Amino acid sequence: MERTAEELAREQREISISEFFEKNRHLLGYDNKIKALLMIVKEAVDNSLDACEEARILPEIYVKLEEVSPDVYRIQIRDNGPGIVKKHIPRIFGTLLYGSKFHRLRQSRGAQGLGISCAVLYSQLTTGEPVEILSSTGDGTTHRYKLKIDIKRNQPQILEEESLDLGQWHGVQITFLAEGKYKEHKQSVLEYLKETAIANPYAHIIFDSPTGRVEFPRGSEELPREPKAIKPHLHGVELGVLERMLMTTKARTLLSFFTTEFSRVGATTAKQICEKAGVDPRISPKRVEDEQVKKLMAVIKETKLIAPPTDVLSPLGAQLIEEGLRKELSPEFVVAVTRPPAVYRGFPFQVEVGLAYGGEIQETRLYRFANRVPLLYKQGDCAITKAVETLDWRRYGILGDMQLGKPGVPLAIFAHICSVWVPFTSESKEAVASYPVILKELKLALQEAARKLSIWLSGKRRAEYQAQRLKTFEKYAEETAKAIAELVGEPEERVKELLVNIIRRGKNGGETEREAEAAGASGA
Amino acid sequence: MEEKPREKLKQLGLQVLKQLEERKNPDLVLPIRTLSNIYFDEKSRLIRLGDKIAHRTYLNVAHTRKFMQTLMVAAECKKIIEQGVTTSIRDLYYALKRTIPGTQENTFEEQNESDPIIEDLEAALNVLRESLHLQADRKGYVAGPLVVKDAGDIIDCSKMGSAGWAIPSNVEPEVIQFIENKAEFVLVIEKDAVWQRLNEDKFWKKHNCIILTGKGQPARGARRLINRLHNELKLPIYVLTDADPWGYYIYSVIKQGSINLSFLSDRLGTPDARFIGLTTQDVEEFGIAKNVTIKLDQGDIKRAQEMLNYVWFKPKEWQEELKHMLKVGYKLELEALSSKGIKFISEKYLPQKIKEQRFLP
Repeated sequence: MERTAEELAREQREISISEFFEKNRHLLGYDNKIKALLMIVKEAVDNSLDACEEARILPEIYVKLEEVSPDVYRIQIRDNGPGIVKKHIPRIFGTLLYGSKFHRLRQSRGAQGLGISCAVLYSQLTTGEPVEILSSTGDGTTHRYKLKIDIKRNQPQILEEESLDLGQWHGVQITFLAEGKYKEHKQSVLEYLKETAIANPYAHIIFDSPTGRVEFPRGSEELPREPKAIKPHLHGVELGVLERMLMTTKARTLLSFFTTEFSRVGATTAKQICEKAGVDPRISPKRVEDEQVKKLMAVIKETKLIAPPTDVLSPLGAQLIEEGLRKELSPEFVVAVTRPPAVYRGFPFQVEVGLAYGGEIQETRLYRFANRVPLLYKQGDCAITKAVETLDWRRYGILGDMQLGKPGVPLAIFAHICSVWVPFTSESKEAVASYPVILKELKLALQEAARKLSIWLSGKRRAEYQAQRLKTFEKYAEETAKAIAELVGEPEERVKELLVNIIRRGKNGGETEREAEAAGASGA
Repeated sequence: MEEKPREKLKQLGLQVLKQLEERKNPDLVLPIRTLSNIYFDEKSRLIRLGDKIAHRTYLNVAHTRKFMQTLMVAAECKKIIEQGVTTSIRDLYYALKRTIPGTQENTFEEQNESDPIIEDLEAALNVLRESLHLQADRKGYVAGPLVVKDAGDIIDCSKMGSAGWAIPSNVEPEVIQFIENKAEFVLVIEKDAVWQRLNEDKFWKKHNCIILTGKGQPARGARRLINRLHNELKLPIYVLTDADPWGYYIYSVIKQGSINLSFLSDRLGTPDARFIGLTTQDVEEFGIAKNVTIKLDQGDIKRAQEMLNYVWFKPKEWQEELKHMLKVGYKLELEALSSKGIKFISEKYLPQKIKEQRFLP
């Protein structure tokens, strides 16, 4: 029996997805057992936070890690989100590339529908065990599933399914059994949760780790504003994507395809594009030929288009950043800056920077975030790192040889980029690509924050210097007064009173100003 | 002069008190005693202090501690003057050293903190340390046909045995008076061992002179005594040191004073002093064996090169000697003359130089 080309193609695709994962675990972040544990927790927590925010619920996240046999962990994540309707549960967890977010542009943590199902697949590949999912939308019924992924068909394989009555609870709980290794170093589950707590201060996170309970309390009762979904912008569309969109659109004509599927394209512009490319705007999008698509792409590149709307993003805002840094790092000073939105390759994005100084901070450290998710790996490849390293920190009175990860300057640098599509350097989403406009925005934000820190630092140095001065003057007053009294034969008490008066007055005297400046200039 | 130092110290205190009463930042005016404020006065041929001044103010963190120390030293000096006693500069240091309440810090940590303060006061008030009733360790000896009155006792320096008369710290006229002198010149010797040799040989008797050693760089007492012997008794001064940059430097300090005590050059310097030896040129002239010379080290060479540029080493004889030293590359100690026989220095070298009046200016 002959099979159609489509059937062959579909089969090929199904095989490649599962094989792709088996052979390329590292591309998705599952390089080793330590990192695998982090990846599973991260995918689940990212989904929980996305769901809570979308439903405008203050997140309550519970994470539990338990070693059940050597290098095998039970990993449980529970949230208080809106839950998942029954019919979607198996597909979300049991199908790779199934997701609600893939066909839209909206600032969120996950986008490809790949993360959580990869976690399921990884645990299944390492232990052979299914995952257990509990979900309720708050209607009094909780659905419980035990499922695996049918690797060949890329379909969920349901092993157990039941309905329970767990009261008015709503949310999702997922339990994995997977190979892993638990460590508490800088790229660990603990660090990921701590940094998540910084960038999501409205979340309450409890972590039962193999070494004990850690709680990250809520620092703010306020959720950031809801991001809006937008249509793609023509300048951000690649050839392949355009071809696929042409095939799947519901638009009847090429003209309406442009005006309805993309943002900021009016009928006049759409007509112009078609005419310049020599394609009839009235034909069905499905009938556009390959050569014509190429021509259209070339014309689009040269067409001036209105920038995409930028009010669709949801930055944290200076206040939330400051609250997050304050509650997790207990610094002496904190400042944050949110830049206005900008556009790269047709995608709106926005950069935010926070600086926390002194207090319990011991070393210079960079905390990178993309859409509120901490980036723990590939620091060296990241645009954020580049921007931080090229800034001349000495100009801002941040002295000494400041080096990331080294003690000396007690400074935490927080940098967040949010976008409807963050340009990562790889699928594992660990480093932001260095687009010039992104670097520029990062630099401007860092400069502005550094300026504010610098003002505070010089004020602090000034105050310290003044206190030191006063201490010096007072220290020598007694002996000086005694000597003067002996020389002139006056009572010591009277001389001391006169001297103390001078010291009090001299505290802010004219001459002392110059001294303080000199001391500031030499870095005292 | 006797009552004045006490009065000057009191004035210093009154001046500070006045500033305090006027609610001004207390300010002590002191002459600057560093290289930047000294110059060579061609007319008197002495190193002199310029007129640059420094302000030591209380409300300047860099000054406060020194301000306190200055007034403490002043107050202590006034006290000992009033008690009619004299004390050593080391005693003064200990008398004023105490822990400042509430700190780990002492008013003075080392004697080298209090000594410069004394010099500051001397320069600021134009008084001698000795008239503030302070004295340093004695250093230096004298032998020869000289009779002095030392604190009321008559001392005959020709009858002081093998050790000689020790030069006191204070040789000002109120303590030391010259009673009788038969000497015709003064020989100043850098090294005590050589002085002892000459004393044993009764060199001073044969040549009718005073022999004086400062044991290395002479202290103020010895320099002041040389100054007085020359000015009051009109005795020529001949200086005998090692033939090396350090020896020549000692000579220059005796002759035109030092940078640090430039404010006292009038009393401590003796511009008419002459240099009798040694020179490196003596090696050839007196047939001294080359194997008793010492190779110049890097420091010597650098020093000799610097000295070529000093105003007071500009006379052509000195330029010749310094260039010669650099050319031959060696220096010579006084004791090296013993290679020609133990009495060579007293019976041959010095008599010949004096007879021929072969001195460097």
